[in-house]
This record gives sequence, C-alpha cells and structure tokens, in this order.
Amino acid sequence: MFEILLNIALLCLSVSTIAYLYRVIKGPSIPDKVIALDAIGVNLVGITAIISVILRSNSFLEVILLIAIVAFVGTVAFSKFLEKGVVIEHDRDA
Amino acid sequence: MTEMLKILFAVIILFGALLSLLSAIGIIRLPDVYTRNHAVSKSATLGVLSILLGTFLYFWVIEGYMNARVILGFVFLFLTSPVAGHLISRAAYNSKVPLWEKSTQDDLKNKARSTKGKVSQ
Repeated sequence: MFEILLNIALLCLSVSTIAYLYRVIKGPSIPDKVIALDAIGVNLVGITAIISVILRSNSFLEVILLIAIVAFVGTVAFSKFLEKGVVIEHDRDA
Repeated sequence: MTEMLKILFAVIILFGALLSLLSAIGIIRLPDVYTRNHAVSKSATLGVLSILLGTFLYFWVIEGYMNARVILGFVFLFLTSPVAGHLISRAAYNSKVPLWEKSTQDDLKNKARSTKGKVSQ
C-alpha cells in the first residue's frame, strides 16, 4: 500500500513534468519557457524526495536543497537578462 | 501503528503530487503567461512543500533520523519560489509580453508610462 501510493505520486510528478516540457517546447514567449523550466526544477526536488523515501536512503536529501538553490539562481539570472539585457552589470565608475 | 503512520505520510506525499498535477493542467490550459505563472508559482510550490513535509516526517518518525536539511530546503523553497515567480512575471511585463486579449483592466500600463522619466536605472 505504502509503495503503491508512492509510485502513484511519482507517476503524477512525471506526468506534470511532461506537461511542463510541452510548455518549454511550445511556449509562445520566452518567460513562458523560463516559468516552465523553474517548475521543472521544483518538480525535480519532489521527485528526489519521493525516490529517497522509496529507496529508504537518506543520502539524497542534500540534493534537494542543492536543486532548489540552483533553480532559484537560474530563474533570477534569466529574468534579469530578459529585463535589462545583461546579467551582471558594469560598475559605472569602475 | 507504524503501518498507519506510513500510510498517512504517503497520503501527504500523494496530496503534493496531485497538486503538482493540477498546476500542470493549469500551465497547459490557461491563456497567457501571467495566469500560467499564477498557476505554477502557487500550486507547484505548495505541492512540493507537502512532498518535503511527508519526506521529513517519514524519515523522522519511521526511520528515527532527523534531517535538518530537508527543513532548510522547505523554508528555502517557501521563501524563494514566490520571489522567482514575481521576478519572471515582472520581466515578462517589462519586455511587453501581451496580456490575454479578454483581460479587462491593466492598471500598471498608465503608471509605468507616467513614471518612466523619473525612475533612473
């Protein structure tokens, strides 16, 4: 029962990742694609958590925090690039 | 008792996965980038927070192993995911991605135009 419920949850996350992937490929504007990529990162966090429960192993729990941080930094960099054209600006008086 | 607790934690995890599926339906069905961002940044965040809570409770109660990094990831996702949604939505508005054609009101349009000269940067 426990494993069946976890496998159903994993299936739901996989289907939703495929839906995000559809939006990444088709999305009419660039921010659509960035939103979908960020959501794929968030989904990967959930998939890692469920797999570590299924395997009864606590070795992957650091990966959760790592994926969350990297997805956030990537989204911030992308949105700054879309808004200003550069990611890291030059200093004015340098 | 342990078996019932395991089922309970699996139900918490399954609830989060169903919320993620709901946000996937939202990102397929909704008409423009702002409504899609609305669907994803709320629903996917709550879904993955629920999954992390179930994972943390499973390892703590069943395995007797308390991992603070899962709680740290929980808090970090809770803090940063709405911020990321806000940033990308603002970037979409400023790069003139159009709203849905049936949306009736755009309060930001006049305000952005009138303060454009005053805002440096």
